[in-house]
Amino acid sequence: MREAVFDTVVVGGGAAGLAASKIIAERGYRVALVERENRLGGILNQCIHNGFGLHYFKEELTGPEYAQRFIETTAGTPNIEVFLETTVMDVKTSRADNNNSGKGSTNSPGTKEVFCYSSRYGVLKIITKTIVLAMGSRERNRGNIGIPGTRPAGIFTAGLAQRFVNIEGYSPGENVVIIGSGDIGLIMARRMTLIGARVLAVIEIQPYPSGLTRNIVQCLRDFDIPLHLSHIVSRIYGRDRVEAVDVTPVRNGKPEMEETFKIKCDTLLLSVGLVPENELSKKFGVKINPETGGAVVDAHMMTSVDGVFSCGNVLHIHDLVDYVSEESIAAASFACDYMEERGKWPAAEQFPTVASSNIKYVIPNSYDPEINNRFFFRPMIVKNNAKLCIRMENEDKEQKTLLEKRLLHVQPSEMVSVNIKSERIKEFLRDGEENRLVFSIQ
Amino acid sequence: MGRKTDLSSRSNKSLICISCPIGCHLTVEYDKDNLREENIKISGNKCSRGITYGREEVLAPKRTVTATVSIASEIQRRLPVKTTKHIDKVLIFELLDNLYSLKVKPPVNIGERLIENFKGTGVDVVATMKLDR
Repeated sequence: MREAVFDTVVVGGGAAGLAASKIIAERGYRVALVERENRLGGILNQCIHNGFGLHYFKEELTGPEYAQRFIETTAGTPNIEVFLETTVMDVKTSRADNNNSGKGSTNSPGTKEVFCYSSRYGVLKIITKTIVLAMGSRERNRGNIGIPGTRPAGIFTAGLAQRFVNIEGYSPGENVVIIGSGDIGLIMARRMTLIGARVLAVIEIQPYPSGLTRNIVQCLRDFDIPLHLSHIVSRIYGRDRVEAVDVTPVRNGKPEMEETFKIKCDTLLLSVGLVPENELSKKFGVKINPETGGAVVDAHMMTSVDGVFSCGNVLHIHDLVDYVSEESIAAASFACDYMEERGKWPAAEQFPTVASSNIKYVIPNSYDPEINNRFFFRPMIVKNNAKLCIRMENEDKEQKTLLEKRLLHVQPSEMVSVNIKSERIKEFLRDGEENRLVFSIQ
Repeated sequence: MGRKTDLSSRSNKSLICISCPIGCHLTVEYDKDNLREENIKISGNKCSRGITYGREEVLAPKRTVTATVSIASEIQRRLPVKTTKHIDKVLIFELLDNLYSLKVKPPVNIGERLIENFKGTGVDVVATMKLDR
């Protein structure tokens, strides 16, 4: 078994892993960037549409262009060694790093062993101080939403169909129904139309679209593709290939079966959400947040396992890659701080963040009063002119408002971020108390 | 008895602005017989981009087009491309026909021109991925 020693192992060479590797290498640490595919860039390579980079690069780019900007700065850095076609199988940490959870080997504290395999390197063991988890996410599929009916060919997740069309050069079918109005589904509705297929309908269970409004306009309305809100696909027909689907309206959460209508089609694309890909993380004892499906992270983006950091879609699902880059840069900087200040880490006591009214989750799960904290959170309502309120809450239930902010428009598909300065937090901090930071939207 | 000719010939259109994620609901008022930029009235916009978008949607709706063309590459079978500017919506499918007849050979770099000044519109089509082999 080949062995190698690095300061950091970054797992995944997509948007998150590229940004993290770049920063860690710039700070002078040696990075092993491990990627399962035969090239870097991850899912960006198949996202050929534009709209990427408006925040981060202040210009509009396509997915491959966005990836290339990072690949150029990453591949040329002597501190980074890229391991392509290499899969991380397992991680062994020391018991001390796992906070006495019982998992982990008898490695000396702070040392981790990352086991990988590939056709190029065989089995490879990388010994490292820190790990950045950047594995991205998986698509939810038919099994996750349980559509009754036969099991014919012609049912794909939208992202898989995107890969077929944009990379492999195959068309998944000719007469298409799309389930779910998430952005990938909307983008694929337009994409399928542009390659000559007919998109007959987009079916959304919610009363509002789950993708961005601009995508409803430029992907559906531009091509007169009908969007059925508050509808479900209630049955799939076809023996060898999809032949038709039943579409049923939903009222007050109940399907109105007698109003069911049939659409003849040969292809079904599913755009019904993404799930963080944490099989590896769970294996070595990383604590998972049930709200996000990603790791629980502290104010320094560190997971429950000492020296292991998480960023990008493996942490929580982002709607903009720009935010993935930003978050990964933050996580990578903290990983560097960790290596610089080993033994003295964590520097300060941290306190919990809490998602309250109309907020699904807040990342990170705690804050550090000694630093300027940046929070990401996901609203659960659709509203114009909403009010964001962040309060400090303690045992006596006395709540002090730390920040109030008008948000022009909120909706579940758009993540919101907010910065709070260290000085502002310290004004409200009380000794020996829980100092919960509670987020809500009205 | 015939109706009197509508001398005003003014029309109304409801649009959703796609300039940013807010998606303002615009009402666009214009004179069908006298379509000039300054005659188009926009309301419901929260910023000036709504005015630009609303006017463009009435006069000549435009979009950036992204697509793929055939490439004889070892890495992947399609090369992603984009138009360098917005192009008239009515020209999109004609542009695609042109793209689908192209056969590109590697190496190709980001920004490499594959179609120049399509039908005199001033719009080029460029590659958006680097494929060396």
